[in-house]
Amino acid sequence: MDEKSQTLLELQEHLMHLCPADIKTRGVANGELTISVEPSQLIQVLRVLKADTSCLFQILVDVCGVDFPLRKPRFDVVYNLLSLKHNFRIKVKVAVDEEDWVPTISGMFPAAGWYEREVWDLYGIFFKDHPDLRRILTDYGFDGHPLRKDFPLTGHVEVRYDDEERRVVYEPVKLTQDFRNFDFLSPWEGMTPDLTGDEKSDAKDPEGTS
Amino acid sequence: MTSEQKLKTMTINFGPQHPAAHGVLRMVMEMDGEIVERIDPHIGLLHRGTEKLIEYKTFLQAIPYFDRLDYVAPMNQEHAFVLAAEKLLKLEVPRRGQFIRVLYDELGRILNHLLNLTAFALDVGAMTPMLWAFEHREILMEFYERASGARLHAAYYRVGGVHQDLPAGLLEDIEEWASGFPKFIDDLETLLNENRIFKQRTVDVGIVSAKDAKGWGFSGPMLRGSGIPWDLRKSQPYMVYDELEFDIPIGKNGDCYDRYLCRVEEIRQSLRLIHQCIEKMPSGDVLARGKAAPPSRGEMKHSMEALIHHFKLYTEGFHVPDGDTYTAVEAPKGEFGVYLVADGTNKPYRCKIRAPGYAHLQAMDHICKGHMLADSVAVLGSMDIVFGEIDR
Repeated sequence: MDEKSQTLLELQEHLMHLCPADIKTRGVANGELTISVEPSQLIQVLRVLKADTSCLFQILVDVCGVDFPLRKPRFDVVYNLLSLKHNFRIKVKVAVDEEDWVPTISGMFPAAGWYEREVWDLYGIFFKDHPDLRRILTDYGFDGHPLRKDFPLTGHVEVRYDDEERRVVYEPVKLTQDFRNFDFLSPWEGMTPDLTGDEKSDAKDPEGTS
Repeated sequence: MTSEQKLKTMTINFGPQHPAAHGVLRMVMEMDGEIVERIDPHIGLLHRGTEKLIEYKTFLQAIPYFDRLDYVAPMNQEHAFVLAAEKLLKLEVPRRGQFIRVLYDELGRILNHLLNLTAFALDVGAMTPMLWAFEHREILMEFYERASGARLHAAYYRVGGVHQDLPAGLLEDIEEWASGFPKFIDDLETLLNENRIFKQRTVDVGIVSAKDAKGWGFSGPMLRGSGIPWDLRKSQPYMVYDELEFDIPIGKNGDCYDRYLCRVEEIRQSLRLIHQCIEKMPSGDVLARGKAAPPSRGEMKHSMEALIHHFKLYTEGFHVPDGDTYTAVEAPKGEFGVYLVADGTNKPYRCKIRAPGYAHLQAMDHICKGHMLADSVAVLGSMDIVFGEIDR
C-alpha cells in the first residue's frame, strides 16, 4: 500500500474516533477517502471536518448530485472537500429521497450557495434553510429536473423564433428521427456462474433444493 | 437627510450582450449612484446539458465535449476527464504520452493567459496587448493543429495517452517559438505593469482575503493572488510534473493587479516547463496499448483479433469498472475537476464537471459590494471567466 492511502486510512480512523456515531460507512477506494452520513448529521460532521486540526477541510470544492432511480433513497449528494494544510481530499455522501431534504451548508461554506442551487435545479433535491434556492442553469420558467435519469435527453420543449408573433415560442419537442440509444449490454458478458436450471451441477447440493 | 430624501437604489441590467461580460453573463446590479450595492449574476444562458449528454455517450465520445467547456484552453479540460477514467481503469500512461500531455497543458495555459490578460487590459482601457497577443495565440493554435488536426477543439487526449504521436519537426518549432516568446512577455509588461491608467484601475480593486478565497472555494490564480501557495501541479502532481522544475508565483494583496502579475509569471513558468519537456522528451509509444486503445494499423492487417478489437472499440467502446472518483487538474483558470461515477458499462453513469470559474463568479457579489460600477468590470476581467465551463 502506498503512502497516500496509508495517511488516508489513518485519517479515517481518526474520524471514527472523532464522531463514531455519525459516520455510517467509510472506505478508501482509488486512493480517495469517502464517508457517508445521515442528512441530519451532515452539519455536525462537516463542522468537525472543518475545524479539527488534523483535518482542516476548509475548501468546499464541489457539491454534486447522483441519481439512482431504483435505489431507496433515490439520490446521493456528494460533498467534495479539500484540506490545503494537510493536502488531502474527502468525499462526504448523503443519501436522500425525493420528498426529503438536506440541510444547507451555505452558512459554513459560502461556496455552497450556487452548488446547492445547481443540485436543486438539476435534481430537485431540496436544501432546507438555503437563503436563495432559485434555479440557476436552466431557462427561466423551466419545468422539471433535467439530470434525473427519467428526464429524456431531448427534453420536453423546444424553442424557435416565430416570425408572425415576433417572439420566441416554446413548443413540444418534435424529433424528425427516433432518438437512438443502443443497448450494448451483451448477454454473454457479466454472466454469473450459477445458470438457471443448472442447480444439479452443484455437488454440495445434490438434492437441488436451492 | 430624511428618509424621504434618501434616493432609491437603481437597478441596472448588465449583459447578457455586453463586450465586457466575457460571453453571455447577465448581471442584475443594484446601484446606489455609482456604488454597487448588490450583484445578482444570472448564468445558464449557454447551458448545453453537457453532463446529461455525456451520460448517453461512450467514454471515447465524451472527450470532445470537454473541449467545448473552456474553449480558450481546450486540452487542459480533456486531461481531467481522461485522468479520471484512467484512475478507474488503473491505466498507466507511457512516458512519452505523459510528456506530450504536460507540454500541451502548458501550451494551453499560455493560450489561456494570453487571452485573459489582454482581454482584461482591454476591459480597463488598453487595446494594444489584445492585438499583439492574438498573433501568438494563432501560432499556438497552429501547434495544436499540427498535433491534433484542429485549431481549437482538439480532442487529442485519449484514455491511456494521446491520440497520435507528434509529427516530425514540431518539437523543434515549439522550441524555437518558446525561445523567442519571452520578448513578447517583456513587451507586454512594459505596456502594462507601470502603466498609470492600468494601475489606477486594478491596484486595490477587488481585494480578496485569504480567508474569503478559501471560503468561496477559489482555486488557481484567484487563490494564489491572495497569497496562498497552492497549485495542484506541485501539491498533487499528475503525469510528470514532479520531475520538472518550476515555481509557483503568489500575490500579496489579493487585488486585481496581483492576480494579473501572477498570471504573467505563470506564462514564464510555463515556458520553462515547455523547454524541459522538449529537452527530456523520451521516445516510445504515446498510448497505453490495451482494451482502451486501438491496435496499430500494421497489426490490423494480419491479425483478426486486432481487427475485432478495433471494431468493438469504435462501436461499443471500452467498459470502465464500477466505482467513483474525483480527479482534478490545475487548469489555467484553477482547479478543474471531474467527478466520475462508472457502473461497469461503456458509458459514464454520472460525470459532474467542476469548473473553477463557477466558484469565482459566485463571489462576484461579495467582492464587488461597495465598489464603483466600472470596478466590477475590472474584477470580472481578473476572474478569468469563460462561459463554456460555467454553464456547461
